[in-house]
Amino acid sequence: MADVEVGVATEVPEPLELVRLCVDEVVIVKLRGDRELKGRLHAYDSHLNLVLGDVEETIYIVDDEDEDVESVRTIKKQSEMLFVRGDSVVLVSPTR
Amino acid sequence: MLFFSFFKTLVDHEITVELKNEICIRGTLKSVDQFLNMKLDNAGVVEDVRWPHLVSTKDLFIRGSVVRYVHLPSSAVDTQLLEDATRREAEAAKNKAK
Repeated sequence: MADVEVGVATEVPEPLELVRLCVDEVVIVKLRGDRELKGRLHAYDSHLNLVLGDVEETIYIVDDEDEDVESVRTIKKQSEMLFVRGDSVVLVSPTR
Repeated sequence: MLFFSFFKTLVDHEITVELKNEICIRGTLKSVDQFLNMKLDNAGVVEDVRWPHLVSTKDLFIRGSVVRYVHLPSSAVDTQLLEDATRREAEAAKNKAK
């Protein structure tokens, strides 16, 4: 068995550290079901449950009536304050 | 625990719950538990023409896992308090992991 170095990994930031730095910043959140949110992150937890303010939701809908002509429609919705359940979240990304 | 506490502060407020099957239900939040299951009073489906089988529902229980979004009244949310609580919780989780 290979030697395992102990004590080196303590300063490696956790992935959630990135999300912590996004608090009170505008973020893009990709969700399951071809949805995307853009809004100011007010709260999160380890499940990636989120609260976003001034949110714009974009839903992507692929119309494939004809086999070769594939067009994507988008629906946009606004919300002043939104709680998002973490099990729908795919990724969180800072905008800057 | 953060969101459990957060939703407890929203009890008696009017909220709109959007489920993973697209149905939106508007009602007064009456209770919430650690799984974010919710009980709504005076509830109604937002587009009742689309979901006629739900018109008669008044008081209902929603299983937390079927929720996609909860639309909240921004007047009921103290964002500064929420951000401070989030940072505190993140710090606590980090110390626990060490």
